[in-house]
Amino acid sequence: MLKTIKVPSHITEEKLVSLYKEMWLIRYFDEKVDQFFAKGMIHGTTHLCVGQEPSAAGAIAALKDIDKITSTHRGHGHCISKGANVNGMMAELFGRVDGYCKGKGGSIHIADLEKGNLGANGIVGGGIPIAVGAALTSKMKKEGYVVLCFFGDGASNEGSFHESLNLASIWDLPVVFICENNQYGMSGSVKEMTRVENIADRAVSYGMPGKVVDGLDAIEIMNTVYDAVERARQGHGPTLIEAKTYRWKGHSKSDAKKYRTREEEEEWRKKDGIKRFRDLLIEEGIFTEEKAKQLQEEAKQEVEDAVKFAENSPQPSIESLLEDVYA
Amino acid sequence: MREITYLEAIREAMSQEMRQNEDIFILGEDIGVYGGAFGVTRGMIEEFGPERVRNTPISESAIAGAAVGAALTGMRPIIELQFSDFITIAMDQIVNQAAKLRYMNGGKGKVPLVLRTPSGSGTGAAAQHSQSLEAWLVHIPGLRVIQPSNAYDAKGLLKAAMDDDNPVIFYEHKLLYKTKGDVPEESYSIPIGKADVKRKGKDVTIVATAMMVHKALEAAEELAKEGIDVEVVDPRTLVPLDEETIIQSVKKTGRLIVAHEAVKRGGFGGEIVSVIAESEAFDYLDAPIKRLGGLPVPIPYNPHLEKATVPQVADIIEAVKETVHF
Ligand SMILES: Cc1ncc(C[n+]2csc(CCOP(=O)(O)OP(=O)(O)O)c2C)c(N)n1
Ligand SMILES: [Mg+2]
Repeated sequence: MLKTIKVPSHITEEKLVSLYKEMWLIRYFDEKVDQFFAKGMIHGTTHLCVGQEPSAAGAIAALKDIDKITSTHRGHGHCISKGANVNGMMAELFGRVDGYCKGKGGSIHIADLEKGNLGANGIVGGGIPIAVGAALTSKMKKEGYVVLCFFGDGASNEGSFHESLNLASIWDLPVVFICENNQYGMSGSVKEMTRVENIADRAVSYGMPGKVVDGLDAIEIMNTVYDAVERARQGHGPTLIEAKTYRWKGHSKSDAKKYRTREEEEEWRKKDGIKRFRDLLIEEGIFTEEKAKQLQEEAKQEVEDAVKFAENSPQPSIESLLEDVYA
Repeated sequence: MREITYLEAIREAMSQEMRQNEDIFILGEDIGVYGGAFGVTRGMIEEFGPERVRNTPISESAIAGAAVGAALTGMRPIIELQFSDFITIAMDQIVNQAAKLRYMNGGKGKVPLVLRTPSGSGTGAAAQHSQSLEAWLVHIPGLRVIQPSNAYDAKGLLKAAMDDDNPVIFYEHKLLYKTKGDVPEESYSIPIGKADVKRKGKDVTIVATAMMVHKALEAAEELAKEGIDVEVVDPRTLVPLDEETIIQSVKKTGRLIVAHEAVKRGGFGGEIVSVIAESEAFDYLDAPIKRLGGLPVPIPYNPHLEKATVPQVADIIEAVKETVHF
């Protein structure tokens, strides 16, 4: 029995423990990608979610396996939490055949359809209408799944966001919109780019509930998403949830971060959601500090193993270039 | 003469015009202190301030439409669209509004805007950030389409684009941003619709655009060692197209190869070939025309695959040899 916290009934203590490790897996994965990127071993571009782990892991923990997600360019965390294998993810970033997209997609296009991850997206706001369509399938075919649609604060200024929320609302679709408000869309601060205090306030315009949560509090996110998802599953339509969070790293590869201060970054780093979750589990007596350390080490090792896997995976053949254009 | 990069040439053209003309302003994503995704506008907000270097939300449809509305009512906006792939989102305002307003209004009003945007592959940015969609825009009456291949042309053509009273799509190539060339410090204009013969030759004409101009020139150097004398023509502006320069070149060489990075099927190369087929140069052809273009696939992430998707120097050399030895 948990003493200080309430969680959805399907969340066991084991699940909380594995969630802790999962958050470290996300962090180590992205830290590793960052290093390889700096060394030129991964090319193209990549967007890291270090600091934002609780909103990915906490939200997805509220789902059932049949539920689906749409993700974003900053999607490694969503992907891992929805059950993807880090070997296949790292291989994709290395552009190898064993990657999730056979080396053809890279960081911003990883999808894992088997696990219900309909994909990251290179187009800001591109995934939002797709989530609506996936929810439409669920409704029309009575499949019972709910779609959790991730996007950023910046994406909420695209037309696709507004059109999608309206459509999902009038059709009472089983979709939950989750805005990870990390305070910036590239260099555009949310304060300068919107005139509402909360992105969630926009829910009013579309006749759906809007909820603001602390994006560093995995438990609060889990509970809020769970309630919204079950409401959607029962046919009561969509919810807009906004998780206030922060990306620790630059937007993508070459970002001098001139649009924010180092002090602000430091303030947010102090609020590290993973450490907070660890302290909570220790306080609850769910695990000890040693156990926590061990889980963290295991996560680190999994990422190392993923690198080995990726390095050993072959380059795709030039012939494969023409494959998979059409079904 | 002073050497600067393609990127600096573009910035200089904008800055010089903005100093002269208060009606010119630039709007786009991350063009403020960030300096634009590729650094083109770096330093401009410091000089011109946030009123004239307007950092926008991520709203391509509204960016394009606001530029159309501002242009229609007396301003001369420059849009920086972060990647040319995102033109899909701006497309309604560009195609259904900007391009047609004057005509639909019976010749009343004008839409003097420039949409600058980087296109092309070669950076590992994968399928949604690497396309070359210029042929889409070429198809729309009312738009001008420019594709400079070097720093000198970029500066002069951008000046001409800003002076023009029509919507102009100005394609920049990501891989050219850091390339250097001789560029005069003073402001100058290159007429829109004037091709440039980048290399004179007598055996075969290569009409190439953007990055392919450089690959064609490289191929020409190699082929010169084998005694094949290649002429490289860069149209520079696709709309209007300088048909005459291309026709004259083909009449001289009797052989034509067209090279662009965009997918070959439905690409602009087909237009150039048709111009020749319909002209008196057709009679002068000594070999079938060859088109080189991207494979009909989305641009893949893996660097080897990405390279194999678009024509390379070796492909151009091979095509020239086949044409010359036909
Ligand atoms: C349609 C479109 N416009 C612009 C971009 C370039 N871009 C990629 S990510 C990004 C910022 C997105 O901000 P946000 O939605 O807040 O997500 P975050 O990066 O903060 O996770 C921008 C401008 C893009 N990929 N697609
Ligand atoms: Mg953001």
